[in-house]
Order: sequence, then C-alpha cells, then structure tokens
Amino acid sequence: MKLTRWFYLKILLHLAALWPAARLLIGFLRQRQCAEQLEETFFCLTANPVEKITLVTGTAALALLLCTLAVSPLRRLTGWNGLIKLRRPLGLYAFFYACLHLLTYLLLDRALDFSGIAGDILKRRFITAGFIAWLLMLPLALTSTTGWIRRLGRRWSQLHWLIYPAAIAAVIHFLWKVKVITTRPATYATILALLLLWRMVSMAMKWRGQHAAKVIPSAAIAQR
Amino acid sequence: MLIKKPADIKYSETTPEREYREFRQNRREFLASTSAFALLTAAGCAAAPGSVAAVPATGSGAKPEGDPLYGVIKSPYSAKEPANSFKDITHYNNFYEFGTDKSDPARNSGTLRPRPWTLTISGLVKKPVTLDLDAVLKVAPLEERIYRLRCVEAWSMVIPWIGYSLSELLKKVEVLPSAKYVEFTTLMDPKQMPGQRSAILNWPYREGLRLDEAMHPLTILCSGLYGVVLPNQNGAPLRLVVPWKYGFKSGKSIDGIRLTAEQPRTAWNDSAPNEYGFYSNVNPQVDHPRWTQATERRIGEFLRRPTAMFNGYADQVGSMYTNLDLKKNF
Repeated sequence: MKLTRWFYLKILLHLAALWPAARLLIGFLRQRQCAEQLEETFFCLTANPVEKITLVTGTAALALLLCTLAVSPLRRLTGWNGLIKLRRPLGLYAFFYACLHLLTYLLLDRALDFSGIAGDILKRRFITAGFIAWLLMLPLALTSTTGWIRRLGRRWSQLHWLIYPAAIAAVIHFLWKVKVITTRPATYATILALLLLWRMVSMAMKWRGQHAAKVIPSAAIAQR
Repeated sequence: MLIKKPADIKYSETTPEREYREFRQNRREFLASTSAFALLTAAGCAAAPGSVAAVPATGSGAKPEGDPLYGVIKSPYSAKEPANSFKDITHYNNFYEFGTDKSDPARNSGTLRPRPWTLTISGLVKKPVTLDLDAVLKVAPLEERIYRLRCVEAWSMVIPWIGYSLSELLKKVEVLPSAKYVEFTTLMDPKQMPGQRSAILNWPYREGLRLDEAMHPLTILCSGLYGVVLPNQNGAPLRLVVPWKYGFKSGKSIDGIRLTAEQPRTAWNDSAPNEYGFYSNVNPQVDHPRWTQATERRIGEFLRRPTAMFNGYADQVGSMYTNLDLKKNF
C-alpha cells in the first residue's frame, strides 16, 4: 500500500471512530475507582452506566452517519476526490455503533424481555423511529463490499439512497427521546438539515445544468 | 507520635493488599449490619423517634462530604431498603438550573449560595412570614427519612434525607380555610444558576401540591442528606421531598411557599401538559406518552424492577385518591 496522505487519513479515521468504544471500555474497567471517588471524571460511566453507554453509542452512530453525508459536499468544496475512500469505513463504523446501541438496549436495558421490547417498538414512537433507522442501515452495511457494488451496478446507488431516510429517522429518534430539546439533539438536527439542504441545492443545480446543456448548443449554432 | 516518612517504612512492614481489602470489606459489612440493624429497629418500634440516627453505610464508595448535622432522630417513616451511595446521590441529578446532563449539577452548582437564605410563606395564611434559614431549621426536630425517589425517566434511588414534615411549618403560619393548594417556588437568579439563562423551562421552577398532600406526614421540608447539610446539587439549602410522586414534584432550592385557592402552575406541566400532570403520582398503570412507567431501573441494580403503585407508599397515601380518576388526573 502506498504511503499516501489517504493512508494516514484512514489510520486517523479508525482511531477517531474507535475512540467512543475505547472510552466506554476504559469507563467499564474503572468502575470501582469511579465509585470510590466523589468527583465524576471523564471516563466514569455515572450512576446509570446503561444510560451512559446508550447515549455514547447512539451519538457516535449519529455523528458518524452525518460524517458519511458530509463526504460528498466536502469533496465538491475542496476538490479532494480521495475523500470518497473514507465514506465506506465511516458508514460501517456508524452501523457498528448503531448495532452496539441496539444491543445495549436489548441486553443491558431490557434484558431480552421480548414482550416488553415488542411493546416498546410498537407503542413508543421514539423507539419505533430508532428501530427503523437501524433497519434502513442494515442493507447498506450488508452491500458495502466491492463485490456487491459490482453485482448491483446502478441499483447500488439507488439502494444506498436509503441513507437519507435512515439519517432522518435517527435524528427524529433522538429528538423524540429527550424530555426537552437540549443542545445535543438540536445540533445534530441542524447539521443534518444543512447537509440535506446542500444535497437538494446541488441536485437542483445539476438538473438546471443539464437543461442548459441541451439548450445552449442550439443557441450557439444559431449564432453562427 | 512518630509519623514515618514513606521512605522510612520498610516494604515488609506494609499490610499485604489482600489483608487490607479484607479489613475494608469487613468494616463495610460491620457498618452496614449495624446501621441495617438500627434502621430495622427504628422501623419496627414506634417509640424509636428520639434515638439518634446513625449515618447509613455507603456500602462501597466515597464518604459523605459536607457539614455534619447532629442529633438527627430516626423516623418510623423510613424505608428498610439500603440507601444508594452518597456518590451516586450527589453526582447523578436532574437540576436543569445547572445544566441538562446528569453530571452537570455536581460540576456547576458551585455558584449557588445557600447562605444567607430566606423562605417567604405567603398567600392564604393567617401569619405570613419571611424566615431566615436558621429559623426554618428550628421549627421542628430534624429526622432521618430514608425514602425511595422515583424519577419520571424511570430510574430510582433510595435516599436518606434529613428534614421534618412540612405540616410542622404550615401549622405555624395557620393556613386559612380558603386555601386548597400549596405552591413552591425555586430561587430565580441566573447569576447563581447559569442554566436559567436559557429558556428550556419557565423559570423560576414552580411546583405545587394539594393542601392535604402538603400536610401529609410523608411530605418533608428537607435540609440534609446522609448526615450532612444538603449539597448544592441536591437542592440546597431547602427542598421538598414528596416520595409517592415523580421526582420533579420535589422542588429544590425553595425560597417561596404560597397557599392558594387555585391549582398552581408547575414547570413541567407548562413545558408539556400532555406528559407531566399536576398530580404525577407514581403509577405503573399510567404510561408517559413516550415511554412506559411499568418498570424502573434502581440505580446500582443490573435488572429493571417493576414499579410499585405510589412508589410503594400506597398504604400511607392511597386514601387521598380513592375518588380520583388517576388516568385522567395523571
């Protein structure tokens, strides 16, 4: 592998993406220390570790999901086409944390009480939204390999459009969960709104550009 | 007394770690057993008031920090369950005046000045008065009340509060017959409470009870916990504790009590009237619109436990609600 800047950038990506899981592991190992000291230092999982783990894995999944959506705008703005290489690992890490988040809920929070879980998914709208977000990400994770890109051809891009409803469902899940809209969910919602806005604007400009390309040649011919 | 410098102590003189850990565990178990014994005795004998409460063992973890409160007597209203650790009780709080994360109040409540403090009692009373903190604390002997606290978010703790029945204070101001409700107002000062600079709730925090709920012996005006003065993050210097209702009903840092004829407005009801009602009695059969209230996580336990009607105080408070539709009046 060539030691290009993309290689180093990918290493940085892996380190940054694994950081939330690492800090949770450290917090888990330091539980006794945290209990014996009065001050709640950074790694401590608080009095309600299940809640803390749920929050950290959920926000990590959401942040990484928004990063995948930010790749294309960033590519256009900077002209660095190599950024596209980061999108798959970012997306897979987002799914990784979404799975940890879901497993935390199923195992640690609900202790596999399946009737309670079914009730939650059907009756509690924020859990419905969260579950839908995860379901929408599942086929994207499964078809992330180059083999699948080849197999699906054009349909691969169409399938991976599901990232948009997945991101929207994830943000709604967060907004519906909190008692009042605080800084954290509001920030994620704003960033998603800006990324979606960028997509809509750039798509609108592309369609206008294609329309103009059909018109201008005839005008140019007429001028001669 | 010869105090050896660390270098003076030979390695062979140090206590083997295993022995030290056994010593600490034995000490914890001893403290737990003596205070458990003391609590059981208190709960069992009606004559127990008068016997001084031992500070509950923290089990594991850091010792309580703060100015100690002396002569606190035991109460038959105390629960028999083991208390959560002082660390957990003081570092896992919902007190939005200091931030919305659970660890914010412990981190940010240093700006609160619990002294000097005054409590103004006004409204439909014969003797409205403004008392300073020491006068409030002299109204009745301080008791240890070990209560369950159930948050609307579906977690709970057992907390050894120190205070006295609110009825003792209300008797002193002679409530008029026209009074039907009691309104509690929290301090309003964004300089001391930086969270009040953003309008996430209508400040100052207001809560309210029906007069009979306020006069119930379980309802306490609280000024301490775990044998020490109430830490800032738990609502210093005076807070309410109403153990059969969701925790947000137990207002913190109270500086005003007003007796009224109409039902008072309350902070969370203002925020979301379909989610937080005036009564907010702990009720596993009435779900919050967005999550279930049938189970809760007791802090420190791994599995969830079923929520008890009126947070386990049904025998003491159930009679106040026999004619009330609890689904409508949630």
